[in-house]
Amino acid sequence: MEKSLTWREFIVTRAIQASGYSAIVFVALIFFFLLREGAPALTDVKLSTLFSARWYPIEDYFGVLPLITGSLVVTIGAMLIAFPLGIGTAVYISEIAPRWIREILKPLVELLGGLPSVVLGFLGILLVSPFLRVFLNLPTGLTAFTGSLLLGGIAVPTIVSVAEDALDAVPRSYREGAWALGATRWQTIWYVTLPAAKSGVLTAVMLGVGRAIGETMTVMMVTGNAPVLATALGSWFAPARTMTATIAAEMGEVANGSAHYHVLFFIGIVLFLISLGVNVAASSVVFRAKKRAERILS
Amino acid sequence: MHKIIIESLSLQYSDGTESLRDVSFGIHQNAVTVLFGPAGGGKSTLLRCLNRLNDLAEVKASSGRILIDGENILDPKIDVIALRRKVGMVFARPVPLPMSIRDNVTYGLELAGEKRRAKLDEAVERSLTLAAIWDEVKDRLDTLAVALSGGQQQRVCLARVLALQPEIILLDEPTSGLDPISTGKVEAALQELKKEYTVVLVPHSVQQAGRTADHAAFFLQGELVEYGEGKSLFTAPKQKKTEDYVTGRFG
Repeated sequence: MEKSLTWREFIVTRAIQASGYSAIVFVALIFFFLLREGAPALTDVKLSTLFSARWYPIEDYFGVLPLITGSLVVTIGAMLIAFPLGIGTAVYISEIAPRWIREILKPLVELLGGLPSVVLGFLGILLVSPFLRVFLNLPTGLTAFTGSLLLGGIAVPTIVSVAEDALDAVPRSYREGAWALGATRWQTIWYVTLPAAKSGVLTAVMLGVGRAIGETMTVMMVTGNAPVLATALGSWFAPARTMTATIAAEMGEVANGSAHYHVLFFIGIVLFLISLGVNVAASSVVFRAKKRAERILS
Repeated sequence: MHKIIIESLSLQYSDGTESLRDVSFGIHQNAVTVLFGPAGGGKSTLLRCLNRLNDLAEVKASSGRILIDGENILDPKIDVIALRRKVGMVFARPVPLPMSIRDNVTYGLELAGEKRRAKLDEAVERSLTLAAIWDEVKDRLDTLAVALSGGQQQRVCLARVLALQPEIILLDEPTSGLDPISTGKVEAALQELKKEYTVVLVPHSVQQAGRTADHAAFFLQGELVEYGEGKSLFTAPKQKKTEDYVTGRFG
């Protein structure tokens, strides 16, 4: 009896440990695989070609810059839309809305987060892009801006849900302290609640960025997929092609082991590094904020 | 003279707990009025009605009136922000804002739109002196308020309230986390404050109630059991329940 119990304990502990470590192992394996398949791109293709502005793989033009700028334009645009909207919604749900509205809104936002991105892309093609074409008088409605709009819509639920949790975790006593001093509701939110929830709100935004930059299906459907180097603000209202869409569209038809194949994996590495960068930046900011708070409170 | 008159005030929270039942009494100007009794008696609820902080809680039903200077502050039409400047409040846990001592004190004034440096400086010295902490912090007004000890933080929070020049000061167990020396300083400050202000205190112990009360109200499960002069209520209570509580038979 005694012995079987310690055995069970041992197995359970090890199993949990293994599942914890598996996350690290998988990330390492993915990175290793990407590196193995993507690194040859640097020898297969001349660096000057790789970092040129022309992507036309059939004739061996493998310039990835238009794809990188495409991703950046679409993502930055999406964040410009999602950031105020997401934080605003989170503040409304957590600080202003009466209880019954909150109880309707929260599950609705989470439902929105679970919406398959194909569905959103579908709506984008059928509704948003024809509307934009007419409304903004563009030659085509399939632009980076259309992608930004829909990606913003995808990122908003992530931002709302994380930021709302962070705002909710701010102790009631902070708000009461401000109210009792005669602060208005807005002054309390702006000067007390939001600063106190700063690190959580930041995490929310970073997760939103991660969600937006990695999104594939929607952007592939609505951005027009023209690999044009973004140089000016006007590029936002022209077709663009993102890194994710390129990989998704071309990976299925590429000859295994060809230069094109390696370059697609190389794009994967770039994407991986960008998300890694975003995550590291987010956690270091959060970490620093926490350290400061600990120093102050100790 | 009564500064505050409470007329048959009842209040029920949304989760069904009834917090106040038909409470009526008057709070004297320039005196310390103590609301005491076991937990869940409605003392804090009453305190939070006096500056309408309960507006933000889940209150299901309330009735009755609270008159301050003859004006019913439960009237939905009154200016709540102005009311909260007139009726200041200090909480059980000191919550200094994450800024310097000086900025903590001037924060309320700045929210109210005061920008003149001289006015603000004068308010800092006056209110920190009144809160009996000026001598301890006058040389380091620009350090973070959270770096102070708990007792000092609480007095800075008191100063923050005083800077707004309220007429009434509400204190909800202001010394519950403090050492005896800091507690003594806060209590001494209250005796000074009552010369200018009307002070309503929820003490954290019966002993503190006895030490500080000019007038005392004993609350038990949402009802006002007894109200009277501090001296007589603690030495010769009229109600059996009050006597049992004061002498430590329950609670």
